[in-house]
Amino acid sequence: MTGRSRLPIVYAVVAVITLGAISVGLQMLRDARYPLPVNDEETLYLSRRATSRLVFTHRSLVADVYWVRALQYYGAHTQQAQRQAATILPPPSALAADLPVSFDLLYPFLDITTTLDPRFNIAYRFGSIFLSEGYPHGPGRPDQAVALLEKGLKTSPDKWQYWQDIGFVYYWTSHDYGKAAAAFARGADVPGAPWWLRSLAATTLAKGGDRNASRLLWRQMAETADNEYARTAATLKLKQLDAIEIIEKLQQGVDAYGARKGAPVTSWNELIAAGLIPGVPLDPAGVPYELNPSSRVTVSTQSTLFPLPFEPAARTNE
Amino acid sequence: MRTLGWIAINGFRESVRDKVLYSLVVFAILLIGASYLLGQLTAGQDFKIMKDLGLSSIALFGLFMAVFIGIGLVSKEVERRSIYGLLAKPVRRHEIVLGKFAGLVLTLTVNIAIMTVALYAVLAYVGWGEDEFARQAREAPALDPALLKAVVLILVQLMIVTATALFFSTFSTPILSAFLTFGVYVAGYFSQDLRNFDQVVSSKPVQLLARGLYYVLPNLSPFDITSQVVHGLPVGWRYMTVTMAYGFVYVAILLTLGATIFSRRDFK
Repeated sequence: MTGRSRLPIVYAVVAVITLGAISVGLQMLRDARYPLPVNDEETLYLSRRATSRLVFTHRSLVADVYWVRALQYYGAHTQQAQRQAATILPPPSALAADLPVSFDLLYPFLDITTTLDPRFNIAYRFGSIFLSEGYPHGPGRPDQAVALLEKGLKTSPDKWQYWQDIGFVYYWTSHDYGKAAAAFARGADVPGAPWWLRSLAATTLAKGGDRNASRLLWRQMAETADNEYARTAATLKLKQLDAIEIIEKLQQGVDAYGARKGAPVTSWNELIAAGLIPGVPLDPAGVPYELNPSSRVTVSTQSTLFPLPFEPAARTNE
Repeated sequence: MRTLGWIAINGFRESVRDKVLYSLVVFAILLIGASYLLGQLTAGQDFKIMKDLGLSSIALFGLFMAVFIGIGLVSKEVERRSIYGLLAKPVRRHEIVLGKFAGLVLTLTVNIAIMTVALYAVLAYVGWGEDEFARQAREAPALDPALLKAVVLILVQLMIVTATALFFSTFSTPILSAFLTFGVYVAGYFSQDLRNFDQVVSSKPVQLLARGLYYVLPNLSPFDITSQVVHGLPVGWRYMTVTMAYGFVYVAILLTLGATIFSRRDFK
C-alpha cells in the first residue's frame, strides 16, 4: 500500500475519533443538564393475565426472563433491606405490610414465571424460600409461599418435594406444626416419596418446635437438596441453630460471672481476664459474637448468620 | 422429478448466495453463544436457559428465513422477468412451485443443522467438567438427544410457514404476503382458543365459524415442545409421528393450492 492510498484511511480514522469524542462530550453535557429519568425497577412489565395472552409462543424463554427478573429483584431488595437492618431495628413481623424495603413485586414475578412455564420447578422451590424468609432476608410471606407451591402441585401433583417445602414453610415460618405435619404426610403419600418424609410428619406432630426436630428437618433438607442453593440455605439454618446453642451457653457464663461480680458484664475482655474464655468467641460463620451494654450475647450484624431466626419453641412459649 | 430436483438445487444455491441469510445464521449463533452469559445470572438454571434461548433462536431466525425468502421465491422471478425464461423451458408450472419449496426447505434444513450444532457445542462447553451433584440435580442431561425432537418439529413447523409464504406469494405482492404469513403464524398459535370458543360465546353461527377456522388455520402450538424437552419430560414417538403427519398434510394442501393458482396465473 502506498503513502498516497493510506491518506484517506488516516483521514477517516481521525474523523471517527474526533466525531466519537464530540459524541461522548455531547452525551456528558446532555446527561448533566437533562438527566434521563431513572429506569423504574418496580415495573412489572405486564400483568399475569396480559402476559399469558400476549406471549403466545416462546413462553418458556419469556418465563426465564421473568425468573431472572425475580432473582434480580429479590437480590437487590434483600441487600437493601439488610443494609438498612444493620442500622435500624427491623419492624415486627405483624407489620410486614409496612416493611421499610418493599418486596411487593416478588410474588407477581414468580406468579408470571410459573404461569408461563408451569413446570419451572426451581421457580416454585426457590420462590417459596424467598417469599417465606423473614425480613430482611425476604418479605416474610408464608401465605404467598404456600400459594405458589400449591399452584405447582396443580401442574405436578407427583412432586412430593412441594409438599415437603409447604411443610417447611408451616414449620419454620408460621410455626404451625399441625399443618406442617399434615403437609409432610401428604408428601409421604405421593408415589416415589422417600421413607423419611413419613417419620418427619410424625416427629413434627409429636415434637413440633423442639430444636432437635428443627435440626432434623434442616439436616434432611441439606442432605436431599437437589440444588446448590437449597443445600446452602439448609446449611445456613443449621449453623444458625448451632449459633443459638452457643449463645445460650455463653449467656449462662456471662450471667453467672455478672452475678458473682455484682455488675453486668459488658465486654469479653472481662471474661478473658478472669480466665473463663481463651479469647473472643466466634460464631459458626467465624465472626466474633457481640456482648451488648445490657450484657446480652448476640451475633454481629456483620455475620452471615444475622439475624438469627425466631426459634419455634421460644415463639410458642411466649 | 429430475426437473424438480434441479429447481430445488438452484433455489438452494440462490438462497446461499443471499448475504442476509448469512447474517441471520451468524446472529443466531451469536445469540446461542450469549446464552452462556445469561445462564450465569440464573441460580443454577443455566442449562434450562441455554436450551430455551437456543431453541427459540432456531425457531425465530428460521421463521424470518422462511417468511422473507419464501415470499420472494415466486415474486423475484416475476420482477426480474426470469419467469419467462423458466416457463419457456420444458418445465411444468407446479414443478416450479414444488421445486422452489424444496429448495427453501433444503436451505432451512442446512441452516437449522448449523444452529443446532452451535447449540450442542455451547451446551457441551458449559457441561464440560461439571461435578456429579450438579449433573444429577438437572432435570435433563446437558447434551440431551431429545432436543433433536424439538428441532425436528421446529423444522416441520417452518415447512408450514414456508408453504404459507409461497402460497400467498403466488397471487400477492411480497409485502402483503409477508403480513399475511405472519398473520397466519400468530393465528396458528391461537387456534386452540378458537376450538374452545363455544365456552365463551353462545351464538351458534359464531361457534361454527370459530370451529371451522380452527380446522382451516394451521395449528402450530403442538410443534412447540420446548418446555417438555427442557424439563426432561418424555415426548413419545406417536406424538411426534401424528404431529409431523399433520404438518406434512397441511404443507401438501398449501402446495396444491399454490401450484394450482400459479398454473392459472397470467404473466402477460
